[in-house]
Amino acid sequence: MIINGVAIDDTFAEAFGMRGTRVIITAQNLKWAYNAANAMTGFATSVIACGVEAGIERELEPSETPDGRPGVAVLMFAMGSAVLMKQLETRMGQCVLTCPTAAAFSGIEGGDRINLGKNLRFFGDGFQISKQFGGKRYWRVPVMDGEFLTEEKTGMVRAVGGGNFLVLAESQPQALAACEAAIEAMKKIPNVIMPFPGGVVRSGSKVGSKYKTLIASTNDAFCPTLKGITKTDLSPEIESVMEIVIDGLTDEDVRKATRAGIAAACELGAKNGIKRISAGNYGGKLGQFQFHLREIMA
Amino acid sequence: MSALTFTLKTAPQQRIDCSPLTSDNLAEKSAAEIGAIELQHGNRKVRVDALFDIAGTDANDIVIHNGCDKLDYIGHSMKGGRITVHGGAGCYFGFQMKKGEIVLHGNADAFAASGMAGGSMHIHGNVGDFLASAIPGDRKGMKGGLVIVTGNAGDRVGDQMRRGIVLIEGNVGAYCASRMLAGTIGVMGSVGDYIGYGMRRGTLLLFNTPKLHATLQDCGTHTLPFLKLMFKSFSGLPSKFATFNMNRVQRYAGDLANDGKGEILVFI
Repeated sequence: MIINGVAIDDTFAEAFGMRGTRVIITAQNLKWAYNAANAMTGFATSVIACGVEAGIERELEPSETPDGRPGVAVLMFAMGSAVLMKQLETRMGQCVLTCPTAAAFSGIEGGDRINLGKNLRFFGDGFQISKQFGGKRYWRVPVMDGEFLTEEKTGMVRAVGGGNFLVLAESQPQALAACEAAIEAMKKIPNVIMPFPGGVVRSGSKVGSKYKTLIASTNDAFCPTLKGITKTDLSPEIESVMEIVIDGLTDEDVRKATRAGIAAACELGAKNGIKRISAGNYGGKLGQFQFHLREIMA
Repeated sequence: MSALTFTLKTAPQQRIDCSPLTSDNLAEKSAAEIGAIELQHGNRKVRVDALFDIAGTDANDIVIHNGCDKLDYIGHSMKGGRITVHGGAGCYFGFQMKKGEIVLHGNADAFAASGMAGGSMHIHGNVGDFLASAIPGDRKGMKGGLVIVTGNAGDRVGDQMRRGIVLIEGNVGAYCASRMLAGTIGVMGSVGDYIGYGMRRGTLLLFNTPKLHATLQDCGTHTLPFLKLMFKSFSGLPSKFATFNMNRVQRYAGDLANDGKGEILVFI
């Protein structure tokens, strides 16, 4: 399959079942909602070392938020419910509770109910106040800027993490430009995040390492500087490879985002140095989900 | 199916315990069986059909006509359905109701919504003392649900109230929110003396500055974000409270003689 001169590999991305949740963060204005959300989703690129993968899904109009203020929706994913609950609580406590004017609300109505602000209330040292409206419990915690308002619970659902595709280009700037275009397109798709910096990862990994203590190491088959000394997957003209990793609430969401991203990257085409689109997998033995690139782009 | 209607034949001399007349209690009973139910009437028991004309079949939608202040315990422990009363109700209106909807077009006497744990109550009229309060011997008053009163309420509104929302569009008497444990009471009109006496926790929303006793302390003026949420949740209610959207208040805390975690918010 070739789109605009870009070859689409006959391969698939292998993704895993995860647990996901959404939190709505509001503040006095969008700037402070972002300050809270950026802190909350910081150091959350990969479950390998961060515990969770998190990102800002989208901005929310005041009419879309529970308290009528501007806000953002944050999605957070982890390999298990215990880790997700722990990370959510920690990040809420250190990043949202601390952020001036910020408030936090449930972003998923169904699913398993997990603690959002339930235990943060104890920061109130006995001065916290519970309020129940519309069947939901909220906590008002007195803080130095006024009151921190948070919903007690949010929803946790089964989700999909690790969807991906690789952009292979003739130069580093061209690979980055294609990835930037892809991310812009993918940000319009609901229910997904691309957790790496700017949505793009350059250090794609393979399982294992020559060093016993490492569980993952550089994906040498896609490293352009190693073309001559390893079993490479790259043709001679490829000088840079970048990857976009996608986490979504459902496999359909990941599929839509993959399609939108590849389409945007391919729009730049071969004339802009974009030569191939590939994907990372483990031979189909580890992940529950397979996203075949050619099926998605058909 | 038409509403199951009870029309009081004559104004009773003695009080009538109407607690059996709830949807869950009357479901799947024939008209004859309903008529044969005995209600406590003063010191004797009287059949329902001796007191009321009965019409209709839908026990999920009960209507009482010619209601008066002798009809006690209407909607006692009801677990669903709807009861509509035209004309007035006695004491313990909606006593310990769990779910469902109860509407009164008239006035209610004391202890309305006492022990109420869920559902909604709408009183289009005035209500006596001890609205949403605990009866003597109980440690908790209203424990959940929503009460709307379009008229005035008597003394001791929300005494030992534990949870739920009470919205009063008129005035209230003395000792409002006394010994309140939690929940929310809103009063659009004036409030009597000794407001929040012994109040432990809970929120009292007022539109007029009350007369405060010494153990209620001024905490200053504030913009409280939760009020927007609260008024948003009120927006669909058949009440004047649905028309407001304010979050700027003067906050008083107390009663400091009893833990002092309650709050009186006066809109400014």
